[in-house]
Amino acid sequence: MTREELKIKITELFPTAGFEEGGDTSAAGWLNVQIEATAWLPLAEQLKQKPEFHFDYLFCVTGVDWKTHLSMVYHLTSTIHRHTIVIKSKLDRNNPEIESVAHIWRTAEFNEREAYEMFGIKFLHHPDLRLLILPEGWEGKNPMRKDFEDPVNMIRL
Amino acid sequence: MTEEVVITDQDDLIINVGPQHPSTHGVLHLVITLNGETVKKVEPHLGYIHRSIEKMCESLTYRQFIYTTSRMDYLSSHINNHCCAMCVEKGLQVEVPPRAQVIRVLMDELTRLASHQLWWGALAMDVGALTPFFLAFREREMINDIMEETCGTRLTMNYMVPGGVMADIHPNFQRRVHEFLAHFKRKIDEYDELITDNIIFQNRTKGIGFISKEDAISYGMSGPSARGSGVQCDIRKLYPYEVYDKLQFKEIIESGGDCFARYMVRMKEMKQSMSIVEQLIDNIPEGDFQAKTKNVLKLPKGEFYSRVETARGELGVYIISEGGTTPYRIKFRSPGYSNLSALDHMTRGQKIGDMVAIMGTLDLVIPDIDR
Repeated sequence: MTREELKIKITELFPTAGFEEGGDTSAAGWLNVQIEATAWLPLAEQLKQKPEFHFDYLFCVTGVDWKTHLSMVYHLTSTIHRHTIVIKSKLDRNNPEIESVAHIWRTAEFNEREAYEMFGIKFLHHPDLRLLILPEGWEGKNPMRKDFEDPVNMIRL
Repeated sequence: MTEEVVITDQDDLIINVGPQHPSTHGVLHLVITLNGETVKKVEPHLGYIHRSIEKMCESLTYRQFIYTTSRMDYLSSHINNHCCAMCVEKGLQVEVPPRAQVIRVLMDELTRLASHQLWWGALAMDVGALTPFFLAFREREMINDIMEETCGTRLTMNYMVPGGVMADIHPNFQRRVHEFLAHFKRKIDEYDELITDNIIFQNRTKGIGFISKEDAISYGMSGPSARGSGVQCDIRKLYPYEVYDKLQFKEIIESGGDCFARYMVRMKEMKQSMSIVEQLIDNIPEGDFQAKTKNVLKLPKGEFYSRVETARGELGVYIISEGGTTPYRIKFRSPGYSNLSALDHMTRGQKIGDMVAIMGTLDLVIPDIDR
Protein backbone atom coordinates (compact mmCIF):
# COMPACT_ATOMS: atom_id res chain seq x y z
CA MET A 1 0.00 0.00 0.00
CA THR A 2 1.14 3.51 -0.63
CA ARG A 3 1.52 6.12 2.05
CA GLU A 4 -1.89 7.69 1.30
CA GLU A 5 -3.72 4.36 1.28
CA LEU A 6 -2.19 3.43 4.62
CA LYS A 7 -3.22 6.77 6.01
CA ILE A 8 -6.85 6.32 4.98
CA LYS A 9 -6.97 2.78 6.34
CA ILE A 10 -5.53 3.73 9.70
CA THR A 11 -7.83 6.75 10.05
CA GLU A 12 -10.79 4.42 9.49
CA LEU A 13 -9.64 2.08 12.23
CA PHE A 14 -8.26 4.66 14.66
CA PRO A 15 -9.85 8.07 14.17
CA THR A 16 -7.74 9.56 16.97
CA ALA A 17 -4.45 8.85 15.18
CA GLY A 18 -2.46 11.87 14.11
CA PHE A 19 -0.10 12.08 11.13
CA GLU A 20 3.14 13.93 10.70
CA GLU A 21 3.88 15.50 7.37
CA GLY A 22 7.16 16.51 5.84
CA GLY A 23 10.63 15.41 6.82
CA ASP A 24 13.01 12.98 5.28
CA THR A 25 11.30 9.79 6.38
CA SER A 26 8.01 10.76 4.78
CA ALA A 27 9.87 11.66 1.60
CA ALA A 28 10.94 8.02 1.51
CA GLY A 29 7.28 7.04 1.55
CA TRP A 30 7.12 6.25 5.24
CA LEU A 31 3.96 7.12 7.10
CA ASN A 32 4.53 8.75 10.50
CA VAL A 33 1.67 8.02 12.87
CA GLN A 34 1.09 9.55 16.30
CA ILE A 35 -1.03 7.44 18.62
CA GLU A 36 -1.95 7.43 22.31
CA ALA A 37 -0.22 4.84 24.42
CA THR A 38 -3.52 3.09 25.19
CA ALA A 39 -4.28 2.58 21.49
CA TRP A 40 -0.88 1.11 20.66
CA LEU A 41 -1.63 -2.53 21.46
CA PRO A 42 -4.88 -2.76 19.43
CA LEU A 43 -3.17 -0.96 16.55
CA ALA A 44 -0.16 -3.28 16.71
CA GLU A 45 -2.40 -6.34 16.56
CA GLN A 46 -4.21 -4.97 13.52
CA LEU A 47 -0.95 -4.05 11.79
CA LYS A 48 0.40 -7.54 12.20
CA GLN A 49 -2.73 -9.57 11.49
CA LYS A 50 -4.59 -7.74 8.71
CA PRO A 51 -3.40 -9.22 5.42
CA GLU A 52 -3.44 -5.84 3.67
CA PHE A 53 -1.04 -4.44 6.31
CA HIS A 54 1.05 -7.49 7.15
CA PHE A 55 3.67 -5.54 9.08
CA ASP A 56 5.74 -8.49 10.24
CA TYR A 57 9.21 -6.97 10.53
CA LEU A 58 9.80 -4.66 13.47
CA PHE A 59 13.23 -3.30 12.65
CA CYS A 60 13.78 -0.42 15.02
CA VAL A 61 12.40 0.23 18.49
CA THR A 62 13.59 3.18 20.47
CA GLY A 63 12.67 5.75 23.06
CA VAL A 64 13.22 9.48 22.86
CA ASP A 65 13.39 11.93 25.74
CA TRP A 66 11.77 15.22 24.73
CA LYS A 67 12.36 16.77 28.20
CA THR A 68 8.62 17.50 28.64
CA HIS A 69 7.58 13.97 27.79
CA LEU A 70 9.02 10.69 26.53
CA SER A 71 8.04 8.94 23.34
CA MET A 72 8.40 5.47 21.91
CA VAL A 73 9.16 5.07 18.23
CA TYR A 74 8.48 1.84 16.36
CA HIS A 75 9.64 1.29 12.78
CA LEU A 76 7.74 -1.44 11.00
CA THR A 77 7.93 -2.87 7.55
CA SER A 78 6.23 -5.65 5.65
CA THR A 79 8.30 -8.35 4.03
CA ILE A 80 5.53 -8.96 1.47
CA HIS A 81 4.15 -5.53 0.59
CA ARG A 82 7.39 -3.65 1.35
CA HIS A 83 5.66 -0.65 2.88
CA THR A 84 7.04 1.01 5.97
CA ILE A 85 5.32 2.77 8.83
CA VAL A 86 6.62 4.69 11.83
CA ILE A 87 4.49 4.66 14.97
CA LYS A 88 5.13 7.18 17.72
CA SER A 89 3.51 7.32 21.07
CA LYS A 90 3.79 10.06 23.69
CA LEU A 91 4.35 8.94 27.26
CA ASP A 92 4.14 10.74 30.57
CA ARG A 93 7.66 11.49 31.75
CA ASN A 94 6.99 10.74 35.43
CA ASN A 95 5.14 7.50 34.89
CA PRO A 96 5.88 6.20 31.39
CA GLU A 97 3.83 3.09 30.66
CA ILE A 98 2.98 1.33 27.41
CA GLU A 99 1.80 -2.15 26.52
CA SER A 100 4.48 -4.60 25.48
CA VAL A 101 4.31 -6.07 21.98
CA ALA A 102 6.77 -8.88 22.65
CA HIS A 103 4.07 -11.47 21.92
CA ILE A 104 3.45 -9.96 18.47
CA TRP A 105 7.03 -9.36 17.35
CA ARG A 106 9.55 -11.36 19.34
CA THR A 107 12.35 -8.91 18.65
CA ALA A 108 10.45 -6.42 20.83
CA GLU A 109 11.34 -8.40 23.95
CA PHE A 110 15.03 -7.39 23.83
CA ASN A 111 14.43 -3.94 22.42
CA GLU A 112 11.86 -3.13 25.10
CA ARG A 113 14.26 -4.25 27.78
CA GLU A 114 16.79 -1.79 26.38
CA ALA A 115 14.25 1.04 26.38
CA TYR A 116 13.22 0.06 29.91
CA GLU A 117 16.69 0.43 31.36
CA MET A 118 17.81 3.39 29.26
CA PHE A 119 14.63 5.49 29.56
CA GLY A 120 12.74 3.89 32.44
CA ILE A 121 9.72 3.12 30.29
CA LYS A 122 7.57 0.37 31.82
CA PHE A 123 6.26 -2.18 29.38
CA LEU A 124 3.08 -3.71 30.71
CA HIS A 125 2.74 -7.50 30.38
CA HIS A 126 6.31 -7.89 29.19
CA PRO A 127 7.44 -11.51 29.76
CA ASP A 128 10.75 -10.65 31.40
CA LEU A 129 11.35 -7.00 32.14
CA ARG A 130 14.81 -6.82 33.72
CA LEU A 131 18.06 -4.97 33.16
CA LEU A 132 19.88 -6.33 30.12
CA ILE A 133 22.84 -4.08 29.40
CA LEU A 134 23.31 -2.17 32.66
CA PRO A 135 24.72 -3.98 35.68
CA GLU A 136 22.82 -4.59 38.91
CA GLY A 137 22.09 -1.52 40.99
CA TRP A 138 21.13 0.66 38.04
CA GLU A 139 17.38 0.19 38.48
CA GLY A 140 15.69 3.56 38.45
CA LYS A 141 18.64 5.42 36.91
CA ASN A 142 18.03 6.02 33.25
CA PRO A 143 21.22 7.04 31.48
CA MET A 144 19.68 7.99 28.14
CA ARG A 145 17.40 10.58 29.69
CA LYS A 146 18.49 14.14 29.04
CA ASP A 147 18.70 15.08 32.70
CA PHE A 148 20.90 12.13 33.67
CA GLU A 149 24.04 13.27 35.45
CA ASP A 150 27.05 11.09 36.02
CA PRO A 151 29.77 13.03 37.85
CA VAL A 152 32.49 10.54 36.87
CA ASN A 153 32.12 9.79 33.19
CA MET A 154 30.01 12.63 31.82
CA ILE A 155 30.97 13.68 28.33
CA ARG A 156 30.25 17.28 27.57
CA LEU A 157 31.62 19.59 24.93
CA MET B 1 3.94 -16.53 20.31
CA THR B 2 6.31 -15.91 23.17
CA GLU B 3 8.81 -18.54 24.13
CA GLU B 4 7.69 -21.20 26.59
CA VAL B 5 8.75 -20.40 30.13
CA VAL B 6 11.38 -22.84 31.38
CA ILE B 7 11.02 -24.14 34.89
CA THR B 8 14.32 -25.19 36.36
CA ASP B 9 14.37 -28.71 37.80
CA GLN B 10 16.55 -29.82 40.63
CA ASP B 11 18.65 -31.91 38.23
CA ASP B 12 19.29 -28.99 35.91
CA LEU B 13 22.73 -27.60 35.64
CA ILE B 14 23.22 -23.88 35.22
CA ILE B 15 26.53 -22.89 33.71
CA ASN B 16 28.01 -19.54 32.84
CA VAL B 17 29.70 -19.18 29.48
CA GLY B 18 31.73 -16.02 29.43
CA PRO B 19 32.21 -13.12 29.80
CA GLN B 20 35.73 -14.36 29.08
CA HIS B 21 35.33 -17.38 26.86
CA PRO B 22 37.02 -18.17 23.54
CA SER B 23 33.82 -19.24 21.78
CA THR B 24 31.91 -16.03 22.46
CA HIS B 25 34.44 -13.95 20.47
CA GLY B 26 34.20 -11.10 22.89
CA VAL B 27 32.79 -10.30 26.27
CA LEU B 28 29.38 -11.90 26.03
CA HIS B 29 27.98 -13.63 29.09
CA LEU B 30 25.52 -16.49 28.59
CA VAL B 31 23.73 -18.23 31.41
CA ILE B 32 22.79 -21.65 30.12
CA THR B 33 20.31 -24.01 31.76
CA LEU B 34 21.24 -27.57 30.89
CA ASN B 35 19.44 -30.85 31.29
CA GLY B 36 22.20 -33.36 30.80
CA GLU B 37 23.77 -32.18 27.58
CA THR B 38 20.61 -30.59 26.21
CA VAL B 39 20.17 -26.85 26.34
CA LYS B 40 16.90 -25.81 27.97
CA LYS B 41 17.43 -22.09 27.96
CA VAL B 42 20.06 -19.50 27.08
CA GLU B 43 19.96 -16.14 28.74
CA PRO B 44 22.37 -13.50 27.43
CA HIS B 45 23.75 -10.85 29.76
CA LEU B 46 25.11 -7.89 27.86
CA GLY B 47 26.86 -4.68 28.66
CA TYR B 48 30.43 -5.75 29.35
CA ILE B 49 31.60 -3.52 26.52
CA HIS B 50 28.77 -1.01 26.59
CA ARG B 51 30.12 2.50 26.00
CA SER B 52 26.79 4.22 25.44
CA ILE B 53 27.81 5.43 22.01
CA GLU B 54 24.32 6.78 21.45
CA LYS B 55 24.59 9.08 24.45
CA MET B 56 28.12 10.08 23.52
CA CYS B 57 26.97 11.06 20.03
CA GLU B 58 24.47 13.52 21.50
CA SER B 59 27.37 15.75 22.47
CA LEU B 60 29.45 15.26 19.33
CA THR B 61 29.05 17.20 16.10
CA TYR B 62 27.94 15.65 12.83
CA ARG B 63 31.55 15.32 11.73
CA GLN B 64 32.77 13.88 15.01
CA PHE B 65 30.14 11.27 15.80
CA ILE B 66 31.07 9.12 12.81
CA TYR B 67 34.37 8.22 14.44
CA THR B 68 32.67 6.50 17.35
CA THR B 69 30.79 4.19 15.00
CA SER B 70 33.98 2.52 13.78
CA ARG B 71 34.09 1.06 17.25
CA MET B 72 30.68 -0.57 17.07
CA ASP B 73 31.03 -3.37 14.57
CA TYR B 74 34.78 -3.15 14.24
CA LEU B 75 34.85 -5.68 11.40
CA SER B 76 32.52 -3.55 9.28
CA SER B 77 33.82 -0.15 10.27
CA HIS B 78 33.72 1.21 6.72
CA ILE B 79 30.10 0.23 6.37
CA ASN B 80 29.15 1.76 9.73
CA ASN B 81 30.81 5.03 8.74
CA HIS B 82 29.07 4.81 5.39
CA CYS B 83 25.63 4.58 6.97
CA CYS B 84 26.24 7.56 9.25
CA ALA B 85 27.67 9.64 6.42
CA MET B 86 24.64 8.80 4.29
CA CYS B 87 22.27 9.84 7.05
CA VAL B 88 23.99 13.22 7.46
CA GLU B 89 24.05 13.69 3.67
CA LYS B 90 20.30 13.10 3.58
CA GLY B 91 19.85 15.94 6.03
CA LEU B 92 22.25 18.26 4.21
CA GLN B 93 20.92 17.18 0.81
CA VAL B 94 24.43 16.80 -0.51
CA GLU B 95 25.04 14.87 -3.69
CA VAL B 96 28.03 12.55 -3.39
CA PRO B 97 30.35 12.69 -6.44
CA PRO B 98 30.37 9.51 -8.58
CA ARG B 99 34.02 8.82 -7.79
CA ALA B 100 33.33 8.84 -4.06
CA GLN B 101 30.31 6.57 -4.53
CA VAL B 102 32.37 3.96 -6.32
CA ILE B 103 35.20 4.17 -3.80
CA ARG B 104 32.69 3.73 -1.01
CA VAL B 105 31.17 0.63 -2.55
CA LEU B 106 34.63 -0.82 -3.23
CA MET B 107 35.63 -0.26 0.39
CA ASP B 108 32.35 -1.73 1.65
CA GLU B 109 32.80 -4.89 -0.35
CA LEU B 110 36.45 -5.30 0.63
CA THR B 111 35.37 -4.89 4.25
CA ARG B 112 32.67 -7.49 3.78
CA LEU B 113 35.25 -9.87 2.35
CA ALA B 114 37.62 -9.31 5.26
CA SER B 115 34.82 -9.73 7.76
CA HIS B 116 33.57 -12.97 6.20
CA GLN B 117 37.11 -14.30 6.04
CA LEU B 118 37.58 -13.73 9.74
CA TRP B 119 34.17 -15.30 10.42
CA TRP B 120 35.11 -18.33 8.35
CA GLY B 121 38.35 -18.86 10.22
CA ALA B 122 36.74 -18.34 13.60
CA LEU B 123 33.81 -20.65 12.86
CA ALA B 124 36.12 -23.42 11.71
CA MET B 125 38.15 -22.94 14.87
CA ASP B 126 35.00 -23.12 17.00
CA VAL B 127 34.02 -26.48 15.55
CA GLY B 128 37.50 -27.89 15.95
CA ALA B 129 39.63 -27.11 12.88
CA LEU B 130 42.50 -24.83 13.75
CA THR B 131 44.27 -24.42 10.39
CA PRO B 132 41.58 -22.34 8.61
CA PHE B 133 42.06 -19.57 11.14
CA PHE B 134 45.60 -19.02 9.92
CA LEU B 135 44.59 -19.26 6.27
CA ALA B 136 41.83 -16.72 6.75
CA PHE B 137 44.15 -14.32 8.49
CA ARG B 138 46.68 -14.60 5.69
CA GLU B 139 44.12 -13.38 3.15
CA ARG B 140 42.61 -10.84 5.51
CA GLU B 141 46.04 -9.35 6.03
CA MET B 142 46.18 -8.43 2.34
CA ILE B 143 42.94 -6.45 2.64
CA ASN B 144 44.15 -4.79 5.81
CA ASP B 145 47.31 -3.72 3.99
CA ILE B 146 45.25 -2.23 1.17
CA MET B 147 43.15 -0.35 3.75
CA GLU B 148 46.22 0.85 5.58
CA GLU B 149 47.67 2.41 2.45
CA THR B 150 44.54 4.35 1.58
CA CYS B 151 42.92 5.03 4.94
CA GLY B 152 45.91 5.07 7.24
CA THR B 153 44.46 2.54 9.65
CA ARG B 154 43.79 -1.15 9.60
CA LEU B 155 40.65 -1.55 11.68
CA THR B 156 38.95 1.71 12.62
CA MET B 157 39.06 3.39 9.25
CA ASN B 158 36.97 6.58 9.67
CA TYR B 159 37.45 7.03 5.94
CA MET B 160 33.91 7.96 4.94
CA VAL B 161 32.92 11.50 5.81
CA PRO B 162 29.76 13.47 4.99
CA GLY B 163 30.05 14.36 1.30
CA GLY B 164 32.33 11.59 0.18
CA VAL B 165 35.55 10.02 1.40
CA MET B 166 38.31 11.63 3.42
CA ALA B 167 41.16 11.26 0.91
CA ASP B 168 41.67 9.97 -2.59
CA ILE B 169 42.72 6.36 -3.06
CA HIS B 170 46.39 5.50 -2.94
CA PRO B 171 48.08 5.15 -6.38
CA ASN B 172 48.79 1.50 -5.58
CA PHE B 173 45.17 0.76 -4.67
CA GLN B 174 43.99 -0.72 -7.96
CA ARG B 175 47.11 -2.80 -8.50
CA ARG B 176 46.97 -4.27 -5.03
CA VAL B 177 43.28 -5.06 -5.24
CA HIS B 178 43.96 -6.90 -8.49
CA GLU B 179 46.73 -8.84 -6.79
CA PHE B 180 44.42 -9.70 -3.93
CA LEU B 181 41.63 -10.85 -6.23
CA ALA B 182 43.96 -13.08 -8.22
CA HIS B 183 45.27 -14.57 -4.98
CA PHE B 184 41.93 -15.04 -3.23
CA LYS B 185 40.22 -16.56 -6.27
CA ARG B 186 42.51 -19.54 -5.99
CA LYS B 187 42.26 -19.66 -2.24
CA ILE B 188 38.49 -19.66 -1.93
CA ASP B 189 38.35 -23.02 -3.70
CA GLU B 190 40.81 -24.22 -1.11
CA TYR B 191 38.41 -22.98 1.58
CA ASP B 192 35.67 -25.09 0.03
CA GLU B 193 37.84 -28.18 -0.18
CA LEU B 194 39.03 -27.78 3.36
CA ILE B 195 35.80 -26.97 5.20
CA THR B 196 32.68 -26.87 3.02
CA ASP B 197 33.13 -30.38 1.64
CA ASN B 198 34.47 -31.69 4.90
CA ILE B 199 32.19 -34.41 6.25
CA ILE B 200 33.00 -33.64 9.88
CA PHE B 201 32.10 -29.99 9.37
CA GLN B 202 28.89 -30.91 7.57
CA ASN B 203 27.90 -33.24 10.40
CA ARG B 204 28.50 -30.46 12.87
CA THR B 205 26.37 -27.91 11.01
CA LYS B 206 23.65 -29.64 8.96
CA GLY B 207 20.29 -29.70 10.72
CA ILE B 208 21.71 -27.77 13.68
CA GLY B 209 20.25 -24.52 14.99
CA PHE B 210 17.21 -24.43 12.75
CA ILE B 211 15.14 -21.28 12.57
CA SER B 212 12.12 -20.92 10.29
CA LYS B 213 11.52 -17.99 7.98
CA GLU B 214 8.60 -16.69 10.08
CA ASP B 215 10.61 -16.84 13.29
CA ALA B 216 13.61 -15.16 11.68
CA ILE B 217 11.37 -12.27 10.59
CA SER B 218 9.67 -12.09 13.97
CA TYR B 219 13.01 -11.90 15.75
CA GLY B 220 14.02 -9.06 13.44
CA MET B 221 16.97 -11.01 12.08
CA SER B 222 18.80 -9.64 9.08
CA GLY B 223 21.84 -10.22 6.96
CA PRO B 224 23.30 -13.62 6.05
CA SER B 225 21.80 -15.17 9.20
CA ALA B 226 18.28 -14.37 8.01
CA ARG B 227 18.99 -15.12 4.36
CA GLY B 228 19.98 -18.63 5.43
CA SER B 229 16.33 -19.06 6.43
CA GLY B 230 15.02 -17.75 3.12
CA VAL B 231 14.22 -14.19 4.17
CA GLN B 232 14.70 -11.61 1.46
CA CYS B 233 16.47 -8.85 3.33
CA ASP B 234 19.51 -7.64 1.41
CA ILE B 235 19.39 -3.85 1.73
CA ARG B 236 21.71 -3.54 -1.25
CA LYS B 237 18.91 -5.02 -3.39
CA LEU B 238 15.77 -3.84 -1.60
CA TYR B 239 16.76 -0.23 -1.00
CA PRO B 240 19.80 0.32 -3.24
CA TYR B 241 22.19 3.07 -2.24
CA GLU B 242 25.23 4.55 -4.01
CA VAL B 243 25.90 2.53 -7.18
CA TYR B 244 24.46 -0.82 -6.08
CA ASP B 245 21.52 -0.52 -8.47
CA LYS B 246 23.88 -0.38 -11.44
CA LEU B 247 25.79 -3.53 -10.48
CA GLN B 248 25.23 -7.07 -11.55
CA PHE B 249 24.58 -9.25 -8.54
CA LYS B 250 21.87 -11.48 -7.17
CA GLU B 251 20.65 -11.66 -3.61
CA ILE B 252 21.89 -14.91 -2.10
CA ILE B 253 19.17 -16.85 -0.34
CA GLU B 254 19.31 -20.35 1.11
CA SER B 255 16.23 -22.11 2.41
CA GLY B 256 17.78 -24.57 4.85
CA GLY B 257 17.53 -22.39 7.95
CA ASP B 258 20.27 -24.37 9.71
CA CYS B 259 23.90 -23.59 10.43
CA PHE B 260 25.05 -24.99 7.10
CA ALA B 261 22.64 -22.76 5.16
CA ARG B 262 23.95 -19.67 6.95
CA TYR B 263 27.47 -20.87 6.25
CA MET B 264 26.74 -21.28 2.53
CA VAL B 265 25.22 -17.79 2.29
CA ARG B 266 28.43 -16.23 3.58
CA MET B 267 30.64 -18.39 1.37
CA LYS B 268 28.64 -17.35 -1.68
CA GLU B 269 28.69 -13.74 -0.54
CA MET B 270 32.46 -13.78 -0.58
CA LYS B 271 32.42 -14.80 -4.23
CA GLN B 272 29.75 -12.21 -4.90
CA SER B 273 31.74 -9.45 -3.22
CA MET B 274 34.74 -10.37 -5.34
CA SER B 275 32.62 -10.07 -8.47
CA ILE B 276 31.33 -6.64 -7.35
CA VAL B 277 34.89 -5.45 -6.71
CA GLU B 278 35.90 -6.76 -10.13
CA GLN B 279 33.09 -4.85 -11.82
CA LEU B 280 34.18 -1.58 -10.23
CA ILE B 281 37.92 -1.66 -9.76
CA ASP B 282 38.79 -0.65 -13.32
CA ASN B 283 35.84 1.70 -13.66
CA ILE B 284 36.46 4.27 -10.96
CA PRO B 285 35.26 7.53 -12.53
CA GLU B 286 37.50 10.58 -12.47
CA GLY B 287 36.51 13.62 -10.47
CA ASP B 288 36.21 14.81 -6.90
CA PHE B 289 36.35 12.39 -4.03
CA GLN B 290 34.40 14.71 -1.76
CA ALA B 291 31.54 17.12 -2.26
CA LYS B 292 31.97 20.63 -0.94
CA THR B 293 30.41 20.96 2.49
CA LYS B 294 30.50 23.67 5.12
CA ASN B 295 33.02 23.42 7.91
CA VAL B 296 30.30 23.29 10.54
CA LEU B 297 27.48 20.99 9.57
CA LYS B 298 23.95 21.80 10.66
CA LEU B 299 21.08 19.47 9.97
CA PRO B 300 17.58 20.92 9.58
CA LYS B 301 14.97 20.04 12.19
CA GLY B 302 13.53 16.64 11.46
CA GLU B 303 14.15 12.92 11.43
CA PHE B 304 16.52 11.05 9.18
CA TYR B 305 16.91 7.34 8.73
CA SER B 306 19.45 5.54 6.61
CA ARG B 307 20.14 1.84 6.30
CA VAL B 308 22.94 -0.21 4.82
CA GLU B 309 23.86 -3.87 4.58
CA THR B 310 26.85 -4.57 6.81
CA ALA B 311 28.61 -7.91 6.89
CA ARG B 312 26.22 -8.92 9.68
CA GLY B 313 22.97 -7.49 8.44
CA GLU B 314 20.93 -4.36 8.39
CA LEU B 315 22.41 -1.36 10.16
CA GLY B 316 20.07 1.58 10.62
CA VAL B 317 21.02 5.05 11.74
CA TYR B 318 18.13 7.12 13.04
CA ILE B 319 18.94 10.77 13.70
CA ILE B 320 16.52 13.17 15.32
CA SER B 321 17.71 16.71 14.75
CA GLU B 322 16.56 19.87 16.45
CA GLY B 323 18.43 22.03 13.97
CA GLY B 324 21.71 22.31 15.84
CA THR B 325 25.22 21.10 15.19
CA THR B 326 24.78 17.98 17.31
CA PRO B 327 22.10 15.29 17.03
CA TYR B 328 19.29 15.54 19.57
CA ARG B 329 18.93 11.78 19.65
CA ILE B 330 20.64 9.12 17.65
CA LYS B 331 19.79 5.45 17.50
CA PHE B 332 21.84 2.72 15.93
CA ARG B 333 19.76 -0.23 14.91
CA SER B 334 22.48 -2.83 15.07
CA PRO B 335 22.12 -6.16 13.30
CA GLY B 336 23.84 -8.18 16.02
CA TYR B 337 21.36 -7.15 18.70
CA SER B 338 18.39 -8.65 16.89
CA ASN B 339 20.31 -11.69 15.74
CA LEU B 340 21.39 -12.40 19.30
CA SER B 341 17.81 -12.24 20.54
CA ALA B 342 17.07 -15.32 18.41
CA LEU B 343 19.88 -17.33 20.03
CA ASP B 344 17.68 -18.64 22.85
CA HIS B 345 15.06 -19.85 20.38
CA MET B 346 17.63 -21.51 18.13
CA THR B 347 19.53 -23.36 20.84
CA ARG B 348 16.61 -24.82 22.77
CA GLY B 349 16.70 -28.60 22.59
CA GLN B 350 20.16 -28.62 21.00
CA LYS B 351 23.30 -30.05 22.52
CA ILE B 352 25.70 -27.78 24.38
CA GLY B 353 28.48 -28.56 21.90
CA ASP B 354 26.33 -27.42 19.01
CA MET B 355 25.66 -24.10 20.64
CA VAL B 356 29.15 -23.04 19.66
CA ALA B 357 28.41 -23.78 16.01
CA ILE B 358 25.12 -21.87 16.22
CA MET B 359 26.82 -18.84 17.73
CA GLY B 360 29.54 -19.08 15.12
CA THR B 361 27.09 -18.98 12.23
CA LEU B 362 25.23 -16.04 13.75
CA ASP B 363 28.51 -14.13 13.44
CA LEU B 364 28.08 -12.06 16.58
CA VAL B 365 30.35 -9.09 17.19
CA ILE B 366 29.84 -8.03 20.77
CA PRO B 367 30.70 -4.29 20.53
CA ASP B 368 28.04 -4.12 17.83
CA ILE B 369 25.47 -5.60 20.20
CA ASP B 370 26.39 -3.52 23.24
CA ARG B 371 27.19 -0.26 21.41
